[in-house]
Amino acid sequence: MAEVAANIPVPPTPPELMREPLVRNNRSFAWISDRVAAITEGKAPAWWWAAFIPSFALLCLLVAMLAYQISTGVGVWGNNHPVMWGWDIINFVWWIGIGHAGTLISAILFLLRQRWRTAVNRAAEAMTIFAVMCAGIFPAMHVGRVWFDWWLFPIPNFQGLWPQFRSPLMWDVFAVSTYFTVSVLFWYVGLIPDLATLRDRAKTRLRQFIYGVLALGWTGSNRHWSNYEKAYLILAGLSTPLVLSVHSIVSLDFAVSQLPGWHTTIFPPYFVAGAIFSGFGMVLTLLIPLRSMCKLEDIITMRHIDVMCKVTLATGSIVGYAYGMEFFIAWYSGSLYERFAFINRALGPYWWGYWLMIICNVVVPQLFWFKRVRHTLWVVFILSILVNVGMWFERFVIVVISLHREFLPANWGYFKPTWVDICTYLGTFGLFFTCFLLFLRFLPMIAISEVKGVTPQADPHHPLAKPNGGHHG
Amino acid sequence: MAEPSKPYGLIAEFDNTTDVLHAAEKVRDAGFRRWDVFTPFPIHGMDRAMGLKNSKVGWFAFLGGATGYTTGMLMIWWMNAVDYPILVGGKPMFSPFGAFPPSYELTILFGAFGAVFGMLFLNRLPRLHHPLLKHRRFAQVTHDKFYIVIETSDPKYSPDATRKLLEAAGARHIELVEE
Repeated sequence: MAEVAANIPVPPTPPELMREPLVRNNRSFAWISDRVAAITEGKAPAWWWAAFIPSFALLCLLVAMLAYQISTGVGVWGNNHPVMWGWDIINFVWWIGIGHAGTLISAILFLLRQRWRTAVNRAAEAMTIFAVMCAGIFPAMHVGRVWFDWWLFPIPNFQGLWPQFRSPLMWDVFAVSTYFTVSVLFWYVGLIPDLATLRDRAKTRLRQFIYGVLALGWTGSNRHWSNYEKAYLILAGLSTPLVLSVHSIVSLDFAVSQLPGWHTTIFPPYFVAGAIFSGFGMVLTLLIPLRSMCKLEDIITMRHIDVMCKVTLATGSIVGYAYGMEFFIAWYSGSLYERFAFINRALGPYWWGYWLMIICNVVVPQLFWFKRVRHTLWVVFILSILVNVGMWFERFVIVVISLHREFLPANWGYFKPTWVDICTYLGTFGLFFTCFLLFLRFLPMIAISEVKGVTPQADPHHPLAKPNGGHHG
Repeated sequence: MAEPSKPYGLIAEFDNTTDVLHAAEKVRDAGFRRWDVFTPFPIHGMDRAMGLKNSKVGWFAFLGGATGYTTGMLMIWWMNAVDYPILVGGKPMFSPFGAFPPSYELTILFGAFGAVFGMLFLNRLPRLHHPLLKHRRFAQVTHDKFYIVIETSDPKYSPDATRKLLEAAGARHIELVEE
C-alpha cells in the first residue's frame, strides 16, 4: 500500500486552498501536554482568584436563597395565579439549553468528523455538566416540598404509589437525569488518558495518588485504545439522539398542554435549535477570555472562534425562522385564542420582553455574516453574551407571556419576580462559575491526547511525523 | 512482589509515530502474541499494524440498550397498568407511545453504561498496579514517547533475538522491565 501511494506524484496544495492548521506554529506533542497541564500546576494566577472569589460569594447566596425558600415555602418566589411557572422554569430551560452545545460539540461534531472540536470539547462538556446541575435545581425546588422529590423516581414508597408516566413532566425527569449521567460518563471517559498525563507529571504524592486513582491505571496500551475508541464512538452515537431528545422532551412539557402559545408542533426542533444557539453563545463567552488567560491561542485558534460563530449564526437563523413560523401558524390556524396569544406577545404588556428577544436572537447573530465581526474578539464576546440574554427572554416570552393571559379574562394577571427569584438566579451563576473555575484548576481544560492526535505529526504517513528520516519503505 | 527482579518484558522506546507503526508491523509478522504498543494518543492504522480484531465493546452497548428499552417498557406497564392503575383523563392504562420517551432515555442510559463498563471490563481496568507504571522512562508514554513491550512470557521470546528484532525495527532505547 505504502509503496503504491509513494509512486503516485501528488502536487502540493496551492496556498489558497490550505486550511489554517488546527494547532498553530507546528507545536510538538510535548508542548501540548506541558501547556495544558501547566494550567493545573503551580500557584493559581491572580485572575483565577479574582474570578473565584465573587463566584464563590454568589454560590453562598444561592445556598442562602434555597435555604430560605425551603424553610419558608415557594411563596417567596413571584409565581402566583395565573403565572404559576415563573423564573424557576425559565431558568431551568435556559440553563439546560446552554448545556446542549457541549454535547453537540462532543458527540455530533465527533460523528461528523469535525476535527476542530478537539480543542474545545473538554471545556464545553464541563460547561454542559455544570449547566445541567444549575438547571436541575429549579424543577427540584419548584415542587415546594423538596423532601418529596424522590417521588419523581420509580422508588417504592409507603403509599404504594408509582410515578404517572403519561405526564411529560415524568419524561423530563428521565430525560434530564439520563442527560446528566451520560454527559458525566462521556466526559470522564474522555478524561481518562489526560488524567494519566497528569498522574505521570505529578510532583507530589497527593497528586500522584488522586490522579492515579482517577486515571484507573491507564497505560496508553493500543489494545486499550482500540476498545476505548470504540466505546467513545458508541457514546457519541448514543449522546446524539440523547441531546436531540432532551430539549424535545423539555419542549413537550409545554407543547402537550392546551395553552395557546405552548400548544405547537414546532416546539421540539425549535427548542433544540435554540438550545444549541445559546450553548454556543456560552462556549464563546467562556473560551474567548480563557484562551488568552491560559495562553492557548495556538490550540483554540481564530479558526475555532470563526467556526463557532458560524454555528451560532446558523442556529440563530433557525430560531428566527421558528419565530416567524409560529406567527404564521397562529394566523393560519384560524384560532382566535392562538392569534390573540401571539399579537399579545408583540404588543401586549410584555412587549419589551418580546422585542428584546427578537433583537438579541434574530438581529444580533446576523452580524456573524461578516468576517470582520467574527475576527474581532471583543465584538464576538459581547454578541455571545447578547445571545444568552436573548435566549433567556425567549423562555420568558414562552413561559410568562403565555400564562398571564388565559381563556377567561377574569384570570388575567401580571407577573413580577421577587428579590428571591433574582438572587436565586444570580446564585446559579455562582454555582456554575465556581465549578467551572475548579475544573480549570484541577482538570485539563483541553483534551490533551485528542489534540495531539489531530496534529500533522500524529499521522504516521505525514512527512512531519519523522522529520529527518527519509521515506519509509 | 517480594522476590526481586523477575523480568516482565522488553521495552523499546520510539520517538515518532512512523517508526513505532512499522516496528509494530515487524513484531506482528514475527508472530509474537503477548506484546503491546503504548502511545500517548491512538495512532491511525495501529490496530491493523498490530493485527487486532474489531473491538467487542459494541456488543456490551447493544445489550445495555436492549435491556434499557425492555426495562422501561415493562416497568411503566407494570407500575401504571398492573400494580396501581389510575385512570387519567380517559387515557389507556398503558400505551407504548406514552411509555416511549422514558424507555428511549433508559435505552441510551443503559447503552452508555454498557459501552463504558464494557470497555473497562475488556481492558481489565481499573488496574492501579502494573509493572510498566513503575518503570521510570515509561512515564513519558502519556507525554511524547512511544513504546513497544514484548512480554517475557511470550512463547517466541528470547532475550537476544527479541532485542535484536526491536533494534532492527528502529528502537532508540531498549530495556528490560522487572515485574
